[in-house]
Amino acid sequence: MNQAEKEAYLRDYSILKNEGKPFFPYAVAKDGAMAVIVMVVIIVLSLMFGAELGPKADPTTTTYVPRPDWYFFFLFEVLRVMRNVPKFTPMATIGVPTICMILLFLLPFYDRSPERRIERRPIALAAGITTIAAMAYLTYSGANTGSPNSVDMAPPSSLSPAQAAVFRAGAQVVGESGCLACHVIGDNGNNGPGPVLTHIAATVPTAQIASTLRNPTPPMPSFKNLPPQKFSYLVQFLSDLQ
Amino acid sequence: MPKLPAPPLPKILQPKPKRPGEPSDAGALNPVEAGITVVDWLDERTALSPGLRWLMWRKVPRGINWAYTLGSATLFAFLNQAVTGVFLAMYYRPDVAGGAYESIRNINDNVFLGQFVHGMHKWGASVMIILIFLHMGRVFFYGAYKYPRELTWVIGVVLLILTLAMGFTGYLLPFDQRSYWATVVGVNINAGGPFIGPFLSDFLLGGADFGATTLSRFYAIHMLVIPGAMAALIGAHLYLVTKLGISAPPWIKPHADQDGDHALVEAEV
Repeated sequence: MNQAEKEAYLRDYSILKNEGKPFFPYAVAKDGAMAVIVMVVIIVLSLMFGAELGPKADPTTTTYVPRPDWYFFFLFEVLRVMRNVPKFTPMATIGVPTICMILLFLLPFYDRSPERRIERRPIALAAGITTIAAMAYLTYSGANTGSPNSVDMAPPSSLSPAQAAVFRAGAQVVGESGCLACHVIGDNGNNGPGPVLTHIAATVPTAQIASTLRNPTPPMPSFKNLPPQKFSYLVQFLSDLQ
Repeated sequence: MPKLPAPPLPKILQPKPKRPGEPSDAGALNPVEAGITVVDWLDERTALSPGLRWLMWRKVPRGINWAYTLGSATLFAFLNQAVTGVFLAMYYRPDVAGGAYESIRNINDNVFLGQFVHGMHKWGASVMIILIFLHMGRVFFYGAYKYPRELTWVIGVVLLILTLAMGFTGYLLPFDQRSYWATVVGVNINAGGPFIGPFLSDFLLGGADFGATTLSRFYAIHMLVIPGAMAALIGAHLYLVTKLGISAPPWIKPHADQDGDHALVEAEV
């Protein structure tokens, strides 16, 4: 905005302001009505949902599924998607939000046109709608992701229906046993400290998978106390990961 | 004015009836005059009334609508958080060894209206975040961040970041599984940041690991550091809003402009 545009704005604004009504009581009444609505909404939410307390924090569990409050779902979703690319994870989870915040912070300094009507600011309109859509999509998909403790994988097409059923049973055992806390399998699980298991059967024979599950390298726990049925599902599942 | 019944005083203390011809006591205080006198006394010493007049009797431009109440609604949600937070702080103990969890359980189960106030604090946080985003959307789409209100916008963005930081630090305090593990993930995200990331996570944790100091540190940040900063910044935000005036909706033009009659209106202003 140049000096003439600034003066034109201030002049128009002072006229509009003069044509307006006093803040008290007109605006105060509206604000007060809104405050009552806010209060009622908060009270109703509190009465309907309360403030339930989950189980006590236990730093030794390895299978708990962390979930943030809903307004951080977008960040949670970015983290979940980017987790399998460790090189870019910090960039996605820290870098992108930081850049967005800086862009938001500096908005009045790079958007200096005097135009205020949104229908005449196509870039601002597009950026605003894109941001809202992206945040809504990330929040929605962050809210609807399955538990990180379940393996979401289709059985390989080479398996017979019976083998596919064993594959699914094994995937369930993997989820229950907390393997994903330390291992990546396909798009699931945390990268590290354990190795990636997506193609483990290509390098490790079935017998060695079973013996590693019984006598693993610490800190991995031993699974020799699993029921034999579940243990065989687990071994079969892992040896199908070609 | 209606006459109040005389107080049952002993005769000696009752005011004597006036004798005929005596001047009436016009200087005696009646309650309304006493109120005015108190305000006068305060104003003579503080000179507050011009400021109040400046705040309350300023004009708001023609054409403002309900979207303009979102800012004050956010402020109201902040006040709700402050008041309910004070009551929660009366019962909360930031003790990692189980005291924190037990104190919240006590609030929920035993304290009179405890779960209700806890719920208002918890859901008030969500309501405040929704309102602050709606308020920001209104300012963005109305172009209200433009000259001369750039600084108001910048302070508003800082308030948004501080509000999100309140959500993050507050989430840990109940110290149940959900809050503990979400915070571990959150701090790990921070630690992955470039340059200051590791220092920030060290500062938040109060050490290399999640330890006894972490919870009290989050508590102090949640109830002292950030609310103090927010209160100060809200003050600055409101000062600027009052000083610069509430922005008019961008589609509203002055009446005079539509007639093309500038000179007359300028003379009126």
